[in-house]
Amino acid sequence: MKAARFDYIRPRTVQEVLDHLAEHGDEAKVIAGGQSLVPTMNVRLAAPAVLIDINHVEELSGIEADKGTLRIGALTRHAEIAASETVAAHAPLLSMAAPWIAHEAIRNRGTFGGSLATADPASEWPACATVLDATIHLVSARGTRQVAAGDFFQGVYETAIEPDELLTHVEIPAIGEGYRAGFSEFARRKGDYASVGVAVQGRVGASGAIGRLLKRGEGRLHDLRIAFFGVAARPMLATAAAAALEEQPLDESTLKAAQEALPTDFTPMEDLYMSSAAKAHLARVLLGRVMTTLYHGEGR
Amino acid sequence: MSEKPPLSVLDRPNSYIGRSVPRPNARRLLAGRGQYPTDMVLPRMVHVAFARSPFAHARIRSIDTEAARAAPGVVAVATGADIARLCKPWVGTLDHFAGMKSPPQYPLAMEKATWQGEPVVAVVAESRAEAEDALELLDIDYEELTPVTDPETALDPATPVIHEDLGDNLCFSSRVDAGDVDAAFADADLVVEEEFHFPRHTGVTLEPRVITADYDPSEERLTAYHGSQTPYQMQDVYARHLGLAEENVRVLCKDLGGAFGIKLHVHGEEMTTCALSMMLGRPVKWVADRLESFVSDIHARDHRVRARMAVTAEGRIVGFDVDDLTGVGPYSVFPRTSAVEGNQVIKLVGAPYAIEHYRAALKVVLQNKNVMSQYRAVGHPIAFAVTESLVDKAAAELDMDPVAIRRANYVPDDAYPYKTASGMAYEQLSLQQSLDRLVEFIDYEGLRREQAQLREKGVYRGIGLGTFVEITAPGAAFYGVGGARISAQDGCSMKLEPSGRVQLAISINELGQGTETIVAQVAATELGVSMEDIRVTTGDTGSTPYGGAAWASRAAAIGSEATVRAARALRENILEVAGAVLQEAPADLDIRDGQIVGRESGEERLSVAEVGRVGYFRPDTLPPDFHPQLSVVRHYAPQGLPFAFTNGIHASYVEVDVETGGVTLLKHWVVEDCGRVLNPKLVEEQARGGVAQGIGMALFEECLYSEEGQLTNASLADYLVPLSSELPDIHVTHVETPTQYSEIGAKGAGEAGTAASPGAIMNAVNDALRPLGARVSAMPMTPERILTALGRI
Repeated sequence: MKAARFDYIRPRTVQEVLDHLAEHGDEAKVIAGGQSLVPTMNVRLAAPAVLIDINHVEELSGIEADKGTLRIGALTRHAEIAASETVAAHAPLLSMAAPWIAHEAIRNRGTFGGSLATADPASEWPACATVLDATIHLVSARGTRQVAAGDFFQGVYETAIEPDELLTHVEIPAIGEGYRAGFSEFARRKGDYASVGVAVQGRVGASGAIGRLLKRGEGRLHDLRIAFFGVAARPMLATAAAAALEEQPLDESTLKAAQEALPTDFTPMEDLYMSSAAKAHLARVLLGRVMTTLYHGEGR
Repeated sequence: MSEKPPLSVLDRPNSYIGRSVPRPNARRLLAGRGQYPTDMVLPRMVHVAFARSPFAHARIRSIDTEAARAAPGVVAVATGADIARLCKPWVGTLDHFAGMKSPPQYPLAMEKATWQGEPVVAVVAESRAEAEDALELLDIDYEELTPVTDPETALDPATPVIHEDLGDNLCFSSRVDAGDVDAAFADADLVVEEEFHFPRHTGVTLEPRVITADYDPSEERLTAYHGSQTPYQMQDVYARHLGLAEENVRVLCKDLGGAFGIKLHVHGEEMTTCALSMMLGRPVKWVADRLESFVSDIHARDHRVRARMAVTAEGRIVGFDVDDLTGVGPYSVFPRTSAVEGNQVIKLVGAPYAIEHYRAALKVVLQNKNVMSQYRAVGHPIAFAVTESLVDKAAAELDMDPVAIRRANYVPDDAYPYKTASGMAYEQLSLQQSLDRLVEFIDYEGLRREQAQLREKGVYRGIGLGTFVEITAPGAAFYGVGGARISAQDGCSMKLEPSGRVQLAISINELGQGTETIVAQVAATELGVSMEDIRVTTGDTGSTPYGGAAWASRAAAIGSEATVRAARALRENILEVAGAVLQEAPADLDIRDGQIVGRESGEERLSVAEVGRVGYFRPDTLPPDFHPQLSVVRHYAPQGLPFAFTNGIHASYVEVDVETGGVTLLKHWVVEDCGRVLNPKLVEEQARGGVAQGIGMALFEECLYSEEGQLTNASLADYLVPLSSELPDIHVTHVETPTQYSEIGAKGAGEAGTAASPGAIMNAVNDALRPLGARVSAMPMTPERILTALGRI
């Protein structure tokens, strides 16, 4: 279990990274936390000729909030996100999901951008990014571009990143007034990739500005975005389930309708330990649980 | 006149026996100064890596090694035929298993590869990475053959025969038949039955299998730094199969990162590594990486058991009828075979219960999957999951409490000696006492109340019991009588240093279970010195007495007896010298706290160090012809019955999420009776570690093979072992029923944790599911299986 030979480059600036990427193209691989890449190389499923280590590119790290937008640098570690008050205030969904990511040692090393770029279909960040409608910023020697999370994840370990591109940071619209987040996951062991997981954000309250001012008790659900992971090749937005809940209070019948809409949204793919039917069942159960917590305000 | 000297080590003053003294080697290990075989580095050492068969069953048409030989750093490339010229094949059968068949097995595959992962070609290079690079340049032409991967059809005429010379795929079959089973079942008021499935799993030692073989052609000596539980057995195997003189083979293993029965079998990689060292005249090292471990370390379990139990209306268990089918690898593993687990299953079902009618049939069939053999608690977890599950099922049908049905049916504590229907002889067990202790230990009534209250709130909790009887500390009946050259006895040598301290060397070795602690406790107690004065050496066939080492829960039971005898002999010899110095009768003297004292007065007369000084440097001051004997060696072979049976009972408390099928372990308890407890903390650690492995079996671990014979979860990302977050608090308490056949009375404790925990957890899960009419009888009890049982998917 030894990696094949490779050259190792440790640039200090984004510009240097881009120069190397331009030179080596798909012969090169960017390494950040290395939590997925290194094992893959050690079992020789990946054998890049060149490793470009971005751990010393300081401009890629950090969390900032400005004018309603949360900006998370690609090199930001999972543990930093888990501990960040800025993240908790602007994107509480990320704070809720962070403890579910693997184990402490991995969270200390693994990065936000690395997880998105790896695009494991059972990992947490891609689903969260999808729910939050995050914008993923890519840069190459050719220029910069922005890709919506919904378009970014394309398949199992497949994203919109071109071989010469670097994921620099992600922008997330800050959570609005009256919105709540919810997160739930089922895994065989704590810290494992999810068998099935779900991330949700939406507003609970009466509709319209007046309703919001009155803060009526009989809250209704609005602008719900629900994404499941571990069920398909990429995070799946459950639009039919969300539609079944839109403008509705959460009660037994609306929840049931949403659960029954799930097969319209996706048919889960099986994995080593779980059949499609079991995953479909778990998706229904998790939807019920996450919506119940979110609706009753325990989710924020 | 003085009194007679104390008869037993148990009567010694300042005894360490029964005390939870810390491990003397803990500081060394925590300081990173452990000497694990993986750490071994020798001058001129090269590394071997193996090309493995990608197919479960394939003919090897040709092997082109040219490009690999020319690769950077490569020192040698060897095929099966090359290694076969240096190493004789082995046959994994035992004479007392009548009719057992297995073909000769070579270190590397010869004409055919018979499992995915079987080593085929060895590449030796200056570094492991270079060896792995060169593996990619090998061109091996395989012709795929139909693999045999379903035990149920292994004997069908339509199924290919893996080894044509054997005639069929049957490795071994056996039957036990006692009493009149047919009549007992015909007359029974209730018959409960079930088909159980226990899949394959594997040991997952933290330190993988490893060897550094160093052959010195000038003396024809092989030194093997081998991660082995059984250095003496391997000394014998290397000598015989590599054509070396036994005394020229030395096997060393100081520290070992976990063994669990994985590291006492003969695997092709270690044999090949030794042969390569002989071929090259330089040290060759092999360390299994985790991917190799999954496809080459022995697997265990894989039993399909159909069992039924006959019961009277009053809840009296009358008989068992058991059918066990187990699929092993393409070869029975040498030298302990792949039949012992099944053989123990068909002896141990029903073992705690007083029954007359017992029938059990075993079939062991060959498969094109990784080889199978003994792993911690061999057969026990299967036998007791089957037994205890049927007992709970009967209790539920009769509306009896699980505690009550057990109390009514156990072999009573006053019924010993006792012989079971399957032929096992118990000296003395404490089944009833252990059950009573458990009921109190877990507050059984309180738990039942809590369970009932929570059930009203829709919370499904279950309580499961799992009784075990365990085979420990075997004598020669296990292997020796079958022709295997595996020692049933062990030896301990002791040397007084001039300083007054003691060097102790023993054939029982340290696997992390605390051997070095226990022998130091026993030696210090019997000698009358401090534990700090005892320096223990283990794991070196060149400097310790010959013995069986550590397997089948024998280290404490047998090692402590060898130790106490050596210590007594050394004490007597020290007192001889002291008596000569003091001109007193040695019988009037004793050693306490490192001082020679008057036996009756307790008055300090002389230090042990002074005896050392005089004995070694001033023997001229001693009487003529007095030769101080300050080194001794004593051996001990287990006495009395073939095995020292132990017993105990587990309880598991679980919560099942009936929506997700997830199981949360809330608590686990163990009441164990391993005879005399030498060190309660070490016994408890053994129980806890064993329970963790039992939890793995019950809920997580499973080697998943495809129909094509591909192991599809061969990494730690996909093969699930329980992690600390999955483990509940595990509480352990002791009942002590010492064996009368030895002086100290210790029996084995290494496997009790694994023996009954899977069954207890299975009973707890089924107890939780019972109100919903669901039942699980296949392990691991995955969410998928539980949801299916609940009819939710």
